[in-house]
Amino acid sequence: MSETETKELPAAEQQDERRLNMIEAINDALDVSMGRDDDVVVMGEDVGYFGGVFRCTAGLQEKYGKTRVFDTPINECGIIAVAVGMGAYGLRPVPEIQFADYIYPGLDQLISEAARLRYRSAGEYIAPLTVRSPFGGGIFGGQTHSQSPEAIFTHVSGLKTVIPATPYDAKGLLISCIEDNDPVIFFEPKRIYNGPFSGYYDKPVQPWKKFDASVVPEGYYKIPLGKARQVTEGEQLTILAYGTMVHVVEAVCREKGVEADILDLRTLVPLDIETIEASVERTGRCLIVHEATRTSGFGAELSALVTERCFYHLEAPVERVTGFDTPYPHSLEWAYFPGPIRIGEAIDKILKD
Amino acid sequence: MADRPEGSAAQGDNRPKLSLHVPEPKFRPGDTVDFSHIDVPAAGSTPRPDEACDPAEMRDLAFGLVRVLGDDDKAHGPWDPKLDPDTLRKMLGHMAMTRAFDERMFRGQRQGKTSFYMKCTGEEATSVSASMALAGDDMVFPSYRQQGILIQRGYPLIEMINQIYSNKGDKLKGRQLPIMYSSREHSFFTISGNLATQTPQAVGWAMASAMKGDSRIAATWVGEGSTAEGDFHSACTFATVYNAPVILNVINNQWAISSFSGFAGAERTTFAARALGYGLAGLRVDGNDALACYAAERWAANRARANAGPTLIEFFTYRAEGHSTSDDPSGYRSAQERSEWPLGDPVMRLKNHLIAIGEWDEERQEKMDLEAAEHVKKVTKEAEANGILGHGLHHPFRTMFEDVFEELPWHLREQADQAVHERQTKFPEGLPEA
Repeated sequence: MSETETKELPAAEQQDERRLNMIEAINDALDVSMGRDDDVVVMGEDVGYFGGVFRCTAGLQEKYGKTRVFDTPINECGIIAVAVGMGAYGLRPVPEIQFADYIYPGLDQLISEAARLRYRSAGEYIAPLTVRSPFGGGIFGGQTHSQSPEAIFTHVSGLKTVIPATPYDAKGLLISCIEDNDPVIFFEPKRIYNGPFSGYYDKPVQPWKKFDASVVPEGYYKIPLGKARQVTEGEQLTILAYGTMVHVVEAVCREKGVEADILDLRTLVPLDIETIEASVERTGRCLIVHEATRTSGFGAELSALVTERCFYHLEAPVERVTGFDTPYPHSLEWAYFPGPIRIGEAIDKILKD
Repeated sequence: MADRPEGSAAQGDNRPKLSLHVPEPKFRPGDTVDFSHIDVPAAGSTPRPDEACDPAEMRDLAFGLVRVLGDDDKAHGPWDPKLDPDTLRKMLGHMAMTRAFDERMFRGQRQGKTSFYMKCTGEEATSVSASMALAGDDMVFPSYRQQGILIQRGYPLIEMINQIYSNKGDKLKGRQLPIMYSSREHSFFTISGNLATQTPQAVGWAMASAMKGDSRIAATWVGEGSTAEGDFHSACTFATVYNAPVILNVINNQWAISSFSGFAGAERTTFAARALGYGLAGLRVDGNDALACYAAERWAANRARANAGPTLIEFFTYRAEGHSTSDDPSGYRSAQERSEWPLGDPVMRLKNHLIAIGEWDEERQEKMDLEAAEHVKKVTKEAEANGILGHGLHHPFRTMFEDVFEELPWHLREQADQAVHERQTKFPEGLPEA
């Protein structure tokens, strides 16, 4: 992690800083990337004139024209497939899949095609696309607007998977993804589009503007892929999280007075294993938190890596806190969500051992 | 411009520069709307081919518009289903009830009683009338805007509202997003939030019915925007290959959230014309003409029952309201479109027809609308006794883990225990009162 990229400014210096929520930061990243490179094109359902159902592409069609920002037929397979074709021509497509839950018709094009073009053509053809998609629950979206399918993609060789947790990161990471020559899945945690959700669903949500991570500089900057962000420093345990859960974990630790080394992974593939190892070797305890279902979730991979690489430093078994292995329910959304109680108990268990 | 292969000279220069076409709707917010480009043939002017005819013989019907109700509010031509007045009044009643239900549920969402709702305003005929043309046990695979089918088939409103409120009375156990109904008893397939997935499933159900020598056919509904999904191609291909007893109803309501029908191909041809390439029978129908909707669906049903093959019907209609409670159409289309729509309103047209034939009057209409609104209000109150979303009256936590599999495996048993334990930790005195 580069110091200059994530260093937060003292509050006094932030008065005049531009503060954005995550939607605005994503929009800004697209704007900056399109302004710098004519080959960057944006497409997806409702992204053009309307500017996206979450407004992430608002104003872009007006600024860059219909041949660079356009609506598509409702066909996720087609959206990803034509992005592969455009990439083969030499463009840098940034397709949007309206909800991660709707990405599955595009899986063949992602898994068998985009992820393997470079390999099967020995580098003759590449697929430099960035598939943006809102993911995760907490908005009463039911089973078709709430899923966290990241592990399906991390399991595929040749795909990178990136998940931001703050507006600042969202912009810098998205620009890196767009410039990356490999296909990237960029999952946007929609629960924290407008503010960092603490997991205490019965308490009011604070808007991003109240938090330092909403300070988003104008213009171009990148956050490198494969580098985790140190959220808090602590000696009691290491907590690995990404997306919405970073904020939930942070709130729980604050509430409990636990001093944890919280790492926001930011990029799942390629993973910042060095930072993880260094932290676990120091704390000797590791908790992994994700919202996705548990079985074969990315937490299983993290747990295996930590066990393989840090076994002799561990003071307690690695723990996972996850969503349950059911479809995302509607009325019982908060019973499903890995909230403060589930996380708090896991922390207690790790610290007790 | 991308590099050409090394050493190759440009070979296609003797042409204009290539340019990309991106469809654009005729009207945007604030625009004056003029729908005179839409060809509306006179009611009764379209021939009605034999139900068992070769699809090639009825090619023109994929480009025309089957219409029965004329400007004089009378029924015209060979497609007039000649329904008796009682049946017509029932049809009108179901449509009025559907509209009253939509009004109430939309308001309920705005009042915070649930998370989401979708109205079918302006499209009532495409579900109510079509459903009336089927047998009650024909299997339907709807999309998310066919509440009219459930109302026509007599599914209790309280069950619909319980589902919308995700409360403890919800037969689907609060798992599904509002309006994603399911009723096996009413031969109504469980609605998916994923688009067009139901269309090839309907074909499969119809194939199974044919394999078993059953009498039941299948019908599916899909929006014109969703016909872009690959699933719809799968449905058409399997339907034609196996001559499946199925009806593919495409509801062309002009808008898929903010994307107009041109993003599903409507700038080039009709949706009914999709049938031609597959060798399916194709009909294009005035979707705001309840009698035409009934007649077309009945034609297709008879065809399927006679083993004469599947039919693709395009119902040409207009989505008078937003896509859902999450949508605001004033951001992308002209508000004038609704009032200028050349095919009118399906409820008004049927009402005027009944009045024109001396079987109805304004007083009875008013009384019926009032009774419908009162009934929905009363049932809504009953349903609210079972709880509204997020107010504690939901299914027990353990039910979240049921039906993932037929039997609960060890890991889900452990997770169910954890969920119950978390509830007890959060609410040691029991759940708070709603």
